[in-house]
Amino acid sequence: MYVAVKGGEAAIANAHRLLADRRRGDRSVPALRLDQIVEQLALGVDRVMSEGSLYDRELAALAIVQARGDMIEAIFLVRAYRTTLPRFGYTRAVETGAMLVERRVSATYKDLPGGQLLGPTFDYTHRLLDPELAAGGDVEEPLRRENEAEAMPRVSAILAREGLIEPDGDMPRDHIPGDITREPLEFPMARDIRLQALSRGDEGFLLALGYSTQRGYARNHPFVGEVRIGEVELELDVPELPFAVPLGSIRVTECQMVNQFKGSAKAPPQFTRGYGLVFGQSERKAMAMALCDRALRATEFGEDVVAAAQDEEFVISHSDNVQATGFVEHLKLPHYVDFQAELDLVRRMRAEHDARENAGKAEEKREAAE
Amino acid sequence: MTAQPTDIATYNFAYLDEQTKRMIRRAILKGIAIPGYQVPFASREMPMPYGWGTGGVQVTASIIGPDDVLKVIDQGADDTTNAVSIRAFFKKVANVAVTTETAKATIIQTRHRIPEHPLAAGQVLVYQVPIPEPLRFLEPRETETRKMHALEEYGLMHVKLYEDIARHGRIATTYAYPVKVEGRYVMDPSPTPKFDNPKMHNSPALQLFGAGREKRIYALPPFTEVVSLDFEDHPFEVQTFDQPCALCAAENVYLDEVILDDHGGHMFVCSDTDHCEKRREEGHRGHLAPETRLAPEKMEPAQ
Amino acid sequence: MEIATQSIEGGFADPVFNAQTVFRAVMDAMAQPGSVQPLPAFAHPPAPLSAMAGAVALALCDNDTPLWLDPALQISAAVKSWLGFHAGAPLANTPADAHFALIAAPAEMMALDGFSQGTQDYPDRSTTLILQVSDLTSGTPLLLQGPGIEKTATIAPARMPRHFVEQWKQNSQRFPRGVDIILAAADSIACLPRTTRIKTMEA
Repeated sequence: MYVAVKGGEAAIANAHRLLADRRRGDRSVPALRLDQIVEQLALGVDRVMSEGSLYDRELAALAIVQARGDMIEAIFLVRAYRTTLPRFGYTRAVETGAMLVERRVSATYKDLPGGQLLGPTFDYTHRLLDPELAAGGDVEEPLRRENEAEAMPRVSAILAREGLIEPDGDMPRDHIPGDITREPLEFPMARDIRLQALSRGDEGFLLALGYSTQRGYARNHPFVGEVRIGEVELELDVPELPFAVPLGSIRVTECQMVNQFKGSAKAPPQFTRGYGLVFGQSERKAMAMALCDRALRATEFGEDVVAAAQDEEFVISHSDNVQATGFVEHLKLPHYVDFQAELDLVRRMRAEHDARENAGKAEEKREAAE
Repeated sequence: MTAQPTDIATYNFAYLDEQTKRMIRRAILKGIAIPGYQVPFASREMPMPYGWGTGGVQVTASIIGPDDVLKVIDQGADDTTNAVSIRAFFKKVANVAVTTETAKATIIQTRHRIPEHPLAAGQVLVYQVPIPEPLRFLEPRETETRKMHALEEYGLMHVKLYEDIARHGRIATTYAYPVKVEGRYVMDPSPTPKFDNPKMHNSPALQLFGAGREKRIYALPPFTEVVSLDFEDHPFEVQTFDQPCALCAAENVYLDEVILDDHGGHMFVCSDTDHCEKRREEGHRGHLAPETRLAPEKMEPAQ
Repeated sequence: MEIATQSIEGGFADPVFNAQTVFRAVMDAMAQPGSVQPLPAFAHPPAPLSAMAGAVALALCDNDTPLWLDPALQISAAVKSWLGFHAGAPLANTPADAHFALIAAPAEMMALDGFSQGTQDYPDRSTTLILQVSDLTSGTPLLLQGPGIEKTATIAPARMPRHFVEQWKQNSQRFPRGVDIILAAADSIACLPRTTRIKTMEA
C-alpha cells in the first residue's frame, strides 16, 4: 500500500548528523585545527579566499574543514557568509608597483630593475613524492636576503616608457569602478566589471579557456611580462579624516601578460595587455585570467570573435563555480511534475506512432494478400 | 575577524540585510508595474545553492513580515526535502508561522506547481525560477533576447512552437509553457506543467517570480491577462488524466505517477499533497486509499 | 542646531519592521491600483515633507537611489538633512537622473515626461514619483482599469498635477516605458503603476 512519504525534516537532520560523523572520521585521529590548515594548506586557503571573494584565512580554513576539503563547497560557504557582512567602504586603488615582492619573474627580459626573484615556487621542483614529508621531519629555515630590497617597477611601466605598450586602462577619470556583488550584470560589460568576475571565476574553467587560446582558439601571442606575488597595502578614505587610513596588507598575485598587436585603424602597432590579479598566491589562476582578459578584449581591438574565450557572455556567464555547481546539482532535486508531463507526451506520441505502424503493416498484408 | 560561533549566529530578520531587501523590494515594485518584464536585480549569495530556490527565497525574505503565514511546496508537495528545508530556513531566520494549508497561507513559495485550491486576494505566490528567459533556448545571448523583448519580436517563439506541430503533430512543450502577459511581454511561467497555466490568468493573488542565479525578478499583479501561446488550428490545451487520484478520487487535478512494484504496477496520486489530504479528511476515497484516517496536518505555530 | 536635531530625529523607531510594513502597503497598492492601503505614521520628518511620504522614502531609498526633490522640498535644508541622515540617498542633479522623486506640491509639479522614463531595453530604469496628497477622496474622481483591477476602481486624490489625465494617457502610451506613482496621503497609500488606464469621468 502506498503511503505518502513524510518526515523530511527528520531525514534531513539525520543526514546532517551522518555528514558530521563522516567529516570527523576516525575519532582516534586528532581533529584538524584551523591554524594547521592556514599554515600548511595555504594555497588551498588562498583559492577559497580568491574565489570566495573574502580575504580571511581563518574563515577560509574553517570553510575547508566544514566542506571536508571540497573546494567549491568551501568557496560557497565563504560567499554565503560574505553576503551578510556590512560594507564600510571601498579602499583606494592598490598600487602593485609598490608591492613587497616575494616572487617576481619576467619572461620578456633576462634581467631588469629589481631582478628576477624565484620565491617559494614549485617551478623546478622535481615532482617526486617526498617520504620525508610523510614522516614529518624538521624543515630548514629559509635564507633571507641581507641587503635592502631594490625597487621593482612593473615591466609594463618599462615598456610604456618606450611607448610600445598600450596605456594602463582607459577608464575616464571620474569613472567609479562597478561592483559585481552589488549590481546586476549587464552585457556588454566594462573591463573593470569583467576583471572582477574573472578574479572570482573558477580556476579550472579559466585555465581551460586560457589554454584554448594557446592552442589556436583566439590565439593572442602572449608573453608573461611579469608575474609578481607579495604583500600590498590597503588604504581607506574616511570622510572625517584628511588622510587615508591604512587597513593592513594582503597577499596578491598579479600577472601582466604582454600580447602582440599589429595595430588597427584606431591604434598604432604596439603591445597590448592581459591582466590578472587574485588574492593569495596563485600564478596559474592569475595567468589564466590574464589570457582570458586579453581574449575578451577582442572587440576593443577590432579582432574577429571566433572562439569561446573571446565570447564575453559565454565566459562571464559560466565562470562562477558557485552558480555552476548549484545549477548542475539542482538536477537531483525532484522534477517529477515536469517528468510526468513529458512522460504523458511521450506515451501519447508513442501510441500514435505505433498505431500508424500497425495500420501500415495491416495495409501491406492486405496488399500482399490481394 | 575570527569565526566565533556566536558571531556567525546573528543574522538580520529574514536573513537579508536591509539594504539588500530595499534593492529587491524596488525590483519587485518595478516588476509589478511592468507585468511580465524581467527586472534585473543584484541577486545575493544565499545559504542554499543557486538553482535550489535562491530567487524565490530572496523574494520571500524581502516581503515577509512577522504576521505572515508561510507555505512552501516543491512539486506541489509540502514534504519534499527542499520544501522542508526552505520552510525550516524561514522558521529559523524570520520566526514566522508556517502551514501546509493553501487557504491559510499569506505567502506561498513554490517550485513547479500552482496549488489546486484557488488562490485568494491578498495571497502572494512566489515562484522559484531556474531560467527566467522564455527565449533562452532559442537564443542563448542575453544581448539578443533583451532586444527581442524591447522590440516585441517574438516570431522565433512562434516558429519554434510551429516546428513542433510540423514534426510531432502537436506543440511538444509540456512545462514552462510560454505565456503572453497583457498582450505585451512573453514570459516564462517557471517549469510548472502547462496544466497550471490557466490558473495564472486573472488570478486574484499576486504572483512574484524570483530567479536568483540569473538575477531576475518579474511579476503578475492580480487580475492580469495571461495567455498561453498557441495557434488557431492548434489551440492551447492542458494535460488530462485518464483516471482520478487513487487516494482521494479527485478529477481535473495534476497527478504524479507512483511506481508500486517492478512489474509495471503504478498508481496516480495528487501532486498537491495538501489538496489530497483535505479531500480525504472530507471523506473522499480513491480506489487505493488506506483505510485509516490520516491525522490532519496542524498549523505549526511560530517558535 | 535646530536642523541638526531635526535631521536625527523622526526616523523609523523599528527600522526592520517599519520598513517591511510600509513596503508591503506599497506593494499591495502597486499590485491593486486604486486600492487604498491604510498605514500608520512611522516617520516624522520635518515639514514640508509629510510623514507618509517620508516613511515611503525611508522604506525604499538609500545611497543607491538618486532622489529628486520638488522646489517646495528643495528649499528646506531640514528636509534634505533628514533624508540624508536617515536614507543616505544622494540628491539627483536633474529629474531625469532620479530613481525616486518626492513631490510635496503635486499641483505645481513639472510634467511627467521630464522624469526618467526608462528605456525600451530597460523600462525599469524610470523614476518612481512619490506624491504627497492630503487625501484620496476629495479630488476629481479617477476611474481606473488595468492589471491588478478586477473590473474598475475609483480614487479621487486631492490637488493632482495639472492636466493629469491627459499626461497620464501619454504616460500609458509610452509603455513599457513610463513613470509609476505612489500617492502618499495622510493615513494611507495608493498607487498608479504605468499600466493603469484612467477612464475620464465627466468633469
